[in-house]
Amino acid sequence: MSTQEPFSIEQFYKLLSQNKLMAGKCLKCGKSHLPPRPLCDNCYGTQFGWVQILNEGKLLTYTVIHIAPTQFQGLTPYTIGILQLADGLQLPGVIQDVPIEQLKIGMTLKVDFSTCGTSQNWPQWPRYCLKPYEELCSV
Amino acid sequence: MNGKPIVSIISAGMSKFQKHEGLLAREIFTLAVQEAFARCPKLEPKRDIKAMFIGHMGEAYEHQGHMGAILADWTGLLGIPATRCEAACGSSGAALRTGIYAVMSGLADVVMVGGVEKMTHRTTTEVTEYLAMASDYPFEQYHGITFPGIYALMATRHMHDYGTKEEHFAMAAVKNHYHASLNPKAHMQKEITVETVLNSRYVAWPLKLYDCSIVTDGASCVILTKPELAVKYTDNPVYIVGSGQASGSIGLYERKSFTSILSTKIAAKAAYEMAQLSPQEVDLAEVHDCFTSAELVAYEDLGFCKPGESGKLLENNQTCLGGCIPVNVSGGLKAKGHPVGATGTAQAYEMYLQLTGQAERRQVKDAKIGLTHNVGGSGATAAVHIYRSAQ
Repeated sequence: MSTQEPFSIEQFYKLLSQNKLMAGKCLKCGKSHLPPRPLCDNCYGTQFGWVQILNEGKLLTYTVIHIAPTQFQGLTPYTIGILQLADGLQLPGVIQDVPIEQLKIGMTLKVDFSTCGTSQNWPQWPRYCLKPYEELCSV
Repeated sequence: MNGKPIVSIISAGMSKFQKHEGLLAREIFTLAVQEAFARCPKLEPKRDIKAMFIGHMGEAYEHQGHMGAILADWTGLLGIPATRCEAACGSSGAALRTGIYAVMSGLADVVMVGGVEKMTHRTTTEVTEYLAMASDYPFEQYHGITFPGIYALMATRHMHDYGTKEEHFAMAAVKNHYHASLNPKAHMQKEITVETVLNSRYVAWPLKLYDCSIVTDGASCVILTKPELAVKYTDNPVYIVGSGQASGSIGLYERKSFTSILSTKIAAKAAYEMAQLSPQEVDLAEVHDCFTSAELVAYEDLGFCKPGESGKLLENNQTCLGGCIPVNVSGGLKAKGHPVGATGTAQAYEMYLQLTGQAERRQVKDAKIGLTHNVGGSGATAAVHIYRSAQ
């Protein structure tokens, strides 16, 4: 992949809409960034390469949202979790298709790239979600 | 600093925390300032106060930014430099730190530090959205992660790692409501039971309505000067002997630990080192209990107990008035109320009362050393201050 594309949050979401979970890797010190960033916070390096991150990981923690902002009120109660990915990277997101009583810290989930509709206004980013590992494998 | 005073608090004021129907933030702030001026007759505000630092979180509540200059005007101090400090719910803790910078630099001998927020005129949905602005937009807010949700993610992991129960969180709520019942300026005035908390509806599992701090309106302020100038104004100052502020990643998901707030630990270490004091020497603390679970994490991060043992501290009533380290004797954010921008200096106000022996029914006996802990967001900012009685 070209290194000409900006290492930015906007670009992260663009790649996500192409079903790719991509992190930026600093070419100077090797630190991986998710989301990618244009200045390495570790060594101030400005040269990066794209690294595709395996879209599965272990659930580190979770909650069930009962009181939601306007935009999400139709979804309550919905579940949120933080996933442990490769390279020490972590990603939060809505968990779908796991009954609340089956949620367990340490369970394997996948980052699912099917998008909700994007809004007319900024930001027009796809909303990924976290789904059970097995179901995705059988697709 | 070798434990020497870095600044003195010569006066303090606080509005009652309540729904201030029909009053704007600038008007509520005058209530706190009037008290601070009345407590310090030797202070001539227009002559003496040389700068003002104001904690105020949100333009959204009143469609109003630029709160520094507005409050200089409404407190009769127009002309002095007046700057708003914004660090979400940690805004006035950061303002206090900034006021210390100003006094210690020598640029301003007497400084007013305060904070204000007017919230209750907005709907719960609006307040939820405005508070969420303290969290990460691209990966938290955008995916429907609410502010209580972020603290719930921490609480879940604490329960998993340490066996902490929802009952432990409830105990913090019960304790803080009891303390608030002794504080006439607290929003909540009634005691509650563990059952009240456990039977309240879920906001973000495992956190329930009674685990959340109270949305309210309020203002607070303290007047700072150099330690050697305090005698000009009062014979009963309170010294600040330690100050620490730290930043942390905005997104919870970017952190190594969800059961501890790194910025709190960094700020606390700096404050303890400056004060040359250990956690065990602290007589009382006001900690940032925006959610009950946050109070438990604060005990551990501030060194009042080992990681995972905060539940035991509550079980044994050690953080209640009369315990070995009373925490949030004001009622805390939980029951005194959390007008976000005002919270940091409201904690300093409580320390001023406690360490000058003016806290009446909630007075901690023989209080000499106090600590305040103010957090912005889920820990992207933490400010810790240590206070010593002049007596």
